[in-house]
Amino acid sequence: CFYSALFYSFFKSLVGKDVVVELKNDLSICGTLHSVDQYLNIKLTDISVTDPEKYPHMLSVKNCFIRGSVVRYVQLPADEVDTQLLQDAARKEAMQQKQ
Amino acid sequence: SEDDPLPPQQPSTNTVEEPLDLIRLSLDERIYVKMKNDRELRGRLHAYDQHLNMILGDVEETVTTVEIDEETYEELYKSTKRNIPMLFVRGDGVVLVAPPLRVG
Repeated sequence: CFYSALFYSFFKSLVGKDVVVELKNDLSICGTLHSVDQYLNIKLTDISVTDPEKYPHMLSVKNCFIRGSVVRYVQLPADEVDTQLLQDAARKEAMQQKQ
Repeated sequence: SEDDPLPPQQPSTNTVEEPLDLIRLSLDERIYVKMKNDRELRGRLHAYDQHLNMILGDVEETVTTVEIDEETYEELYKSTKRNIPMLFVRGDGVVLVAPPLRVG
């Protein structure tokens, strides 16, 4: 069974878009969303660290896999998000969870 | 018989039965979220799930830090704010969800 069906579908719809993933250790990684799974593990391509002076050891890394559990936030492109669709999907998901 | 038996009880969209239903009432409304590590968010709730993963729009994040003076032991509270147009928040960092706090 899906761990997080709603957000899994949501992130799948954002594949190919640029996002900024902020980790719980305060590292922020900017990149293109390549793939996501049911645990909201994330693969990013063409990454750049938003504070390279602080985290220079990532300078040569192009792609990365991020364990879902270490994510604090994902900053999203506002114009790629259909808020009405999301709200309707959240209502539906809430109903399904109750049954 | 002419009386139809009652259909099996379905959870109604209108009733508030459990804590997550309170959050459902806040969809498309501005909310206040208290998170771990002295962080707070204020934004418009667009989506949530049972883990309290959320998507917030038009977000203001406040991070509060305390500096203690070595000599006077005075506590200096500082807060840093930033604005993010659209944000996914992972549920395991969420502590509290409420309608926006009113000052005054």
